[in-house]
Amino acid sequence: MRIKPIAAAALVTATALAFAGCAANEAPASGGSGSAGGAQTLTGVGSSAQKAAQEKWVADFQTANPNITVNYSPDGSGAGRSAFIAGAANFAGSDRAFKDDEMGAGKFAGCAADSNALNLPVYISPIAVVFNIDGVKDLTLDPATLAGIFAGKITKWNDPAIAKTNPKASLPNAAITAVHRADDSGTTNNFTDTLNKTAPQVWTAAASDTFPADFGGEAATGTSGVIQAVSGGKNTIGYADESQAGDLGKASILVGGKALQPTAEAAAAILDHSQTVPGRDANDLAYALDRTSEGVYPAVLVSYAIVCQTYKDPAVGTLVKSYVGYMASAEGQQAAAQAAGAAPLSSALQAKVKTALDSVK
Amino acid sequence: MSQKLTREPEAAPGRPEPTPSPARPDPKRPGETVFRGFALGAGIAILAILAAVATFLLIQGSPALLADPAALTAKGYGPFLEWVLPYVFGTVWAAVLALAMAVPVAIGIALFISHYAPRRLAQPLGYVIDLLAAVPSVVFGLWGSLMLAPAVRPLFTWLNTNLGFIPLFSGQVSGTGRTIFTAAIVLATMVLPIITSLCREVFLQTPKLHEEAALALGATRWEMVKMSVFPFARPGIIAAVMLGLGRALGETMAVTMVLSGGRNITFQILTSENPNSIAAQIAQNFPEAFGLKTNQLIAAGLVLFLITLVVNMIARWIVARRAAYSGAN
Repeated sequence: MRIKPIAAAALVTATALAFAGCAANEAPASGGSGSAGGAQTLTGVGSSAQKAAQEKWVADFQTANPNITVNYSPDGSGAGRSAFIAGAANFAGSDRAFKDDEMGAGKFAGCAADSNALNLPVYISPIAVVFNIDGVKDLTLDPATLAGIFAGKITKWNDPAIAKTNPKASLPNAAITAVHRADDSGTTNNFTDTLNKTAPQVWTAAASDTFPADFGGEAATGTSGVIQAVSGGKNTIGYADESQAGDLGKASILVGGKALQPTAEAAAAILDHSQTVPGRDANDLAYALDRTSEGVYPAVLVSYAIVCQTYKDPAVGTLVKSYVGYMASAEGQQAAAQAAGAAPLSSALQAKVKTALDSVK
Repeated sequence: MSQKLTREPEAAPGRPEPTPSPARPDPKRPGETVFRGFALGAGIAILAILAAVATFLLIQGSPALLADPAALTAKGYGPFLEWVLPYVFGTVWAAVLALAMAVPVAIGIALFISHYAPRRLAQPLGYVIDLLAAVPSVVFGLWGSLMLAPAVRPLFTWLNTNLGFIPLFSGQVSGTGRTIFTAAIVLATMVLPIITSLCREVFLQTPKLHEEAALALGATRWEMVKMSVFPFARPGIIAAVMLGLGRALGETMAVTMVLSGGRNITFQILTSENPNSIAAQIAQNFPEAFGLKTNQLIAAGLVLFLITLVVNMIARWIVARRAAYSGAN
């Protein structure tokens, strides 16, 4: 039992490497764009948040292009980024863009020597704050209170800070059980980033894949584990992908005097209110998420597809362009919304991603 | 209990006398050579497998063990010893709690089957216990997290309100019931069949002569068990407990699903914040781990390997020390 996941991971890595090798070997034979040559393989590694969406995209894309095999291993964002750097993956799925010091021409084995990487947002999902409190249906929390609850500083549901924003609710005099992810995840990273940006005095820890151990609270494995702990427990609160929240109550977050629910529109709006990271190529769409702007639901996970500006092998570039292009298209976004409950990219952003992909060689 | 009595009946009644094995294979009997080679090969294989596992853990874990603590803080989960210590504690603590609950019950069941139950009841009960051992751990995990945790929460609250002055039951009661106490109950259920089966076998081996002698001296049934069965079975019981401990230490899936595991060292067993077990920590974090983090998790696996090794060696030592005057071999 202890060996199994390791063996599985080794197998995945081995196949990923094998497929990468295949693609590199076969591509010259199959020729340039549009040629209906032999089978072609595209390898992606990365974010497990994108897993459901990627499965749908792969299925749809392969149905439309029977000659192309796409392999996406949801090994995690970090694994995806390191596989992309090592050239083992043709593209990476990542819950964060490459940081400035990670970017740079020549740093990526699969890209041409003078090529940088491009970060393209393809998957947006609101993170819901789910709760299960006796006799409470609606809950509104301001960011400082939310951070206080998850930091273990607010411990009772009838705390004045919670009562202030919920004058109508009959809050019980009961202890709060705040559930967080036991495993490393992009959801935790984006959620802790939200708390850090919106309530820096309370949430002093920086964004991190691992929930800060100092803050305590209850831990559960995976999104399903959190949902099950919250729904099975009493007077509980947790955070999870909005699409997985099911029947649980979802707390509204108070932003600039307005209580906002985690809806697809509110989530997609965050990119319209955010600026791309300055000092990068015009086609690099890495966003510095502005989680504090008015009218925007702050807890949102933005997941990227990371590709090369110029691939060493132009045939791989063509494959990436067509597959990632499908992911970011109106059709692809709709498919992801249905299959994974993602928030579709706005059409303006879809156009930006398309322009960026057109520049990929 | 006299030494003379203990020594007397060596072979269990009804068993054929073992034939003396020849010192070297007889050339006229190829079966001897084949069987000897097979047995030798099997013996070597188990050593080779163990060595291979240890080598793998050492090689894959060494980057984390040798790395600079600063590098581990930046790219891993933090300095190794400081990081792994809560998990070592959690692993051992959960297993000890589980055994504290499982061992008395297991010995009770085994005694009931071997010495108290009517024959018609004893046999089916034995089968049922063995069946429990065949339930996959993921099923125990599901049961623990979906059924048991919500069900024991009221009990936890009661313990906390009425016995909260005992440090074990103090602290803020978990709102979900997914505590180390719940995990230990699940683990206890899982190790119960192993300990019961072995104990039952050992109890049945007690020489009839001892038991009859005790009864003839006017002992009650409990006194007979105390005087003849337990002294005879003690090494067997210890071996059974250690096997159960081995399973409890390494159990992954059930703990992963049931326990709300953190990184604190505490003896409170009813709160949300419990030390995680090593195996669960690896299972939870391996899917997203890369680079030094992977090495660090494998190094934690090495620590778990060493813990189980030490536990088994202690068990061997106890059994060997006791064997001399118990008559177990």
